[in-house]
Order: sequence, then C-alpha cells, then structure tokens
Amino acid sequence: MIVYLIRRFGQSVLSIAAMAVLVFLGVYAIGNPIDVLINPEATQAEIAATTARLGLDRPLYEQFGIFVWNALHGDLGNSFVYGRPAVDIILDRLPATMELAFVALILSVGLGVPLGVWAGLRPDSIAGRTIMGGSILGFSLPNFWQGMLLILIFAVLLGWLPAGGRGETTEFLGMRVSFLTLDGLSHLILPAINLALFKMSLIIRLARANTREVCLQDYVKFARAKGLSGRRVVLVHILKNIMIPVVTIIGLELGSMVAFAIVTETVFAWPGMGKLLIDSINLLDRPVIVAYLMLTVLIIVTINFVVDVIYSLLDPRIGLSEMKG
Amino acid sequence: MTDAATDDIPAPDGPVAVKIDSPAKRFAREFASDPIAVVGLILFVLIALIAIFAPLIAPQDPYDLAQLSIMDGGLQPGESSFGTGMTFWLGTDTQGRDMVSAIMYGLRISLFVAAVSLGLAITIGTVIGVTAAYFGGKIDSFIMRIVDLQLSFPAILIALILLALLGRGVDKVILALVIVQWAYYARTVRSSAIVERRKDYIDAARSLALSDRRIMFRHLLPNCVPPLIVVATVQIAQAIALEATLSFLGVGVPITEPSLGLLIANGYDYLLSGRYWISIFPGIALVLTIIAINLVGDRVRDVLNPRLDT
Repeated sequence: MIVYLIRRFGQSVLSIAAMAVLVFLGVYAIGNPIDVLINPEATQAEIAATTARLGLDRPLYEQFGIFVWNALHGDLGNSFVYGRPAVDIILDRLPATMELAFVALILSVGLGVPLGVWAGLRPDSIAGRTIMGGSILGFSLPNFWQGMLLILIFAVLLGWLPAGGRGETTEFLGMRVSFLTLDGLSHLILPAINLALFKMSLIIRLARANTREVCLQDYVKFARAKGLSGRRVVLVHILKNIMIPVVTIIGLELGSMVAFAIVTETVFAWPGMGKLLIDSINLLDRPVIVAYLMLTVLIIVTINFVVDVIYSLLDPRIGLSEMKG
Repeated sequence: MTDAATDDIPAPDGPVAVKIDSPAKRFAREFASDPIAVVGLILFVLIALIAIFAPLIAPQDPYDLAQLSIMDGGLQPGESSFGTGMTFWLGTDTQGRDMVSAIMYGLRISLFVAAVSLGLAITIGTVIGVTAAYFGGKIDSFIMRIVDLQLSFPAILIALILLALLGRGVDKVILALVIVQWAYYARTVRSSAIVERRKDYIDAARSLALSDRRIMFRHLLPNCVPPLIVVATVQIAQAIALEATLSFLGVGVPITEPSLGLLIANGYDYLLSGRYWISIFPGIALVLTIIAINLVGDRVRDVLNPRLDT
C-alpha cells in the first residue's frame, strides 16, 4: 500500500512538472517572453526592470529555475489588468466556480442515478427510451449550446429565471455563496443544470448498463423469489451494487467539471475562474492565464490522486496489481 | 482488410467452394438493416455535400462585402431584401448577411477543421500506437505514460491552453485538435495491436524475415482497424463539438473564417434582445451534424462490435 501511495504520488508530481514545463515553454520559448509577460503599455525603464527581475536575459534553463522557484512561492506574476498578484485574483474567483461545480455534481448524481436505474429496469418502455435518447443528446450536444437553449427558454421566452450573473451572495464559511439567498439561488439554477447535463448523461448510461447487468444476477433473482418488495430489491440490492462504478466515474469526472465550468461560466456570465480565464485571454492578461493553468492543473492532479487513493482503499486489488506491474 | 498476410503469398488456385460476401458488403448490409442509421447517413451525406459545394449553392457570398447591404440588417426569417428582393429564409444578421449562406460557409469550415484534424490525429496516433505495441518494453511504457498523462486532463483544457498561447487561426485550431485527439487513437491501436502481435500470422511474417516496418503496417495495422473506426466515429463528433466550443469562447477560428461555433457566438449577443435566429439556426445546423454522425457512429459500433450492449 505504501509503495503504491509513493508511486502514485510520484506520478502526480511528475504530471504537474510536465505541465509546468509545457506552460513554461509555451510562454517563454515560443515568441518573445517580454511581449508575453510585460504589459504592452509599460515604459522602457519598466521593461528593463521586469526583464531583470524575471531573469529574461539569462539562459533558458536558469529562467525555468526562476519560474519554478517563484511558482513554488505562489508568485506567478502580477495581472496587467488588475495590477495585483494573478494567484490572488484567481483565488478570489475560486469559490464561485467551486459552488457551481458542487451544485452541478449533486444535481447530476441526484438525478442521473434514479433516471439511469429506472431506464435500466424498464429498458424497452417509453420512459426508458426517452431517458436514453435524452442522455445521448445530453453528452453529444455541445455544452454552450445547451446553455443557450436554457437561457432562450427559461430566461427569454418564459422569463422565469435570470440569464446571467451570480445574484445576491451571503457569507458562508468565509466564502461568498449564492445558494443561501433566493435571488442567488435563482441565478444558480440554470448554470448548475447546464454544467450537470453532461455528467448526468454519463451517469444515466452507466447506471442503466449496470442495472441491466445486476438484474440478471442470482442474488437479485433470489431476493425477488424470497418475496421482497420491488422497492427493497431496487434500493438495497441493485442500488448498492451499481454505486461502485458510479462513484469511480464521479471522482474521475470531478476534475473535468472545473474545466467544463469555463464554458458554462462564459455562457451565463458567472463570475468564476473560468470566465476570468476567457476574459484574460481576450485582454491578453497572460500572467493570469499562466496562473489559471497552473492552479487548475494542480486541482485536477490532486483530485485524481485522492480519487485513486480512495479507490485503492475501497478495492485492495488495485493497489496490489499496481505493485506487481 | 482481414487477410493482409496473404499479400506476400500467391493466392491458391481453383474455384472457391462457398461464395462469401466481402467484409465491406457484409458490413453495408448489416448497417442498412437499421433504418434510423440510414436516415443518419443520408442526413450526414447531405450536410457534407452542402459543406463541400457551399460556394456554388449558397444564395450569396456572405463574406463579399459588395453583396451585403446594411439596410438588410437584422431581418426576420422569411423577409426579403430591400435592394435585390432576395428572400432571407432564415433571416439576416446585423450586417445584412443571409443566414442560409452564412451557415453553409460555416459548415464548410467546421467540417474542414474536424476532417483534417481527424485524419492527422488518426495517422499520428496509429503510427505511435502500432510502434508502441510492436516494440513493447521501454518504448511502449514511455509512450503510454505520455498518453496517460495527457488523457488525465480534460481535452477542452488542453486545447484552451494551446490556443491561449498560440492565438487564433484555423491552422492553430487544427493543431490543437490533433494534439488533443492523437492519444485516444494511440491507446486504441496499441491495445488491439498488442493482442494481434501474439498471433501466428505475425510469427509467420517474422519468419519470412520481413522488415519491421512491413510487418507493422501491412500485417499488424489492418487487423487493428475495426476498433479504430469505432473510436473515430465518437471522436469526429467530439472534434466538431470541441471546435465549436473553442470558437464560441473566442479562441478558435478567426472572425474572417467563422465556423458554426463562431456564428453562434456572434449571434449570442442578440439572443436576449429577441433576435434568436442569428444564433439559433447555426446552432441547429451544428446539432443536426452531430446527431447525424452519432446515429451513423452508433450503428457502426454495433455492427463492428456485436458484444457491446447499449
């Protein structure tokens, strides 16, 4: 187990290092880093000062050392637009994205599992087919298009919900959140559904396929033969057994939720870090772009690591086979 | 396709006892047995033809400023031009551009980007995948490490990183899509090639002292094609959706060559003011394309992989 943990941790560090090299090369080696890292409106003296501070006049490997050293100290440069450390700006936006991602996750599991089980129990019924058809649309249609349709229907045509923004926020555990006020909640619903749809479709398909498989198992037949109520068979015997793969998928997809939030936040003008990234790309605010990328890579690698470790604790076979391999 | 090993051995003489359909024929027959898939195929062929012949059949060249009149800006679907009297079946955008024409040209760019990136990604992925499987050992584990590393990050994030650093452009979007997609093909080809490698016909080819390259690409590769096609049918729809998303976010194709995604983004600002047609119709075109490909892809998957349920 310890061997597995160490090896898995090493892989995570390697992933972050590889991405850091790529981002570094992208910024420093392709094109002129002075254009990339220094505000186009800076004066000659400022350019000279920053060049010296960032060590841009030194060889590439030394620059990489400085980049890593600064990054490890949480310094990824100052934003051109806001004039503050890029990392701080992103951390300001982090709670909004996290709130959106968690609500979307709860929605996708809370709706995806029951719908998938239902479709799996009655695969040939109209409801079952409708759920499956919907799930195919859910993950084949682009995310932004689904979001626009939601806006068109619920905000423009029906006028029930606001089309964008975050609404009123309140303090909760030291973060500003929307879900505790009615106004904030009304702003949260559409983006959360938008972000949830893709994962929900995946979970529906997974839950359906597993339900169909589990239904054929002897222990389900036996439970039925014993005269247990249909509800008990589904809730206890089937649900328990389909949750293992579902939990795995949830863990693995959590990281991609942060990436997909970029799209949802742009469509709904949700002031999270994904919207910040797109704004920064349009404003050429490159330190923020670099900081966003490094932070997101860190988040995703950490999530993947935690998921793998939890999973190996739940299923000892994984750790063992990795050790042999 | 099935019997690549025979290309070095003369075919046996004499009549063939039982007439067996070629795999392609059998495949076509099985495919056609599902009417929904046939509808999808017809729809897809139609869309592809529109995209290819857009300059010939479009009512207007939407990027020839001489043909546009600002007077026609923001017309509703079905209204006619003030100048030429031409009917705009799907309305116009704010610059008086006919949406039918804009969508045809947009489809052209969307499909072009997807097709080129698909071709390049398959080629690169296949060569790398077959190489990894054939040589095994250190080469294999090194390549697969890279593949795993890349696949552990969401495709959209990698594409965004690249485009944020490289800037806009059709060529850059294609590059980003290739980099995002090659790993899927490499992994697919490698996993089937590793199984095939242990089979007798590869040993036979080796004992004939054929070159590694010949065995890899003439013997091993053809037998890894079916799973490759299955992955490709999924990935092509993904490529179109990803390109549309990137263009929608404003990091994809340039404004001078708008794909469907960029058309949708351009119309998005007017959605709230009620001019829904500027972004909704390009969106419907995009959705129809993706659905058509998925219908075809699902059937191809079922035919090539009978064990797969759902």
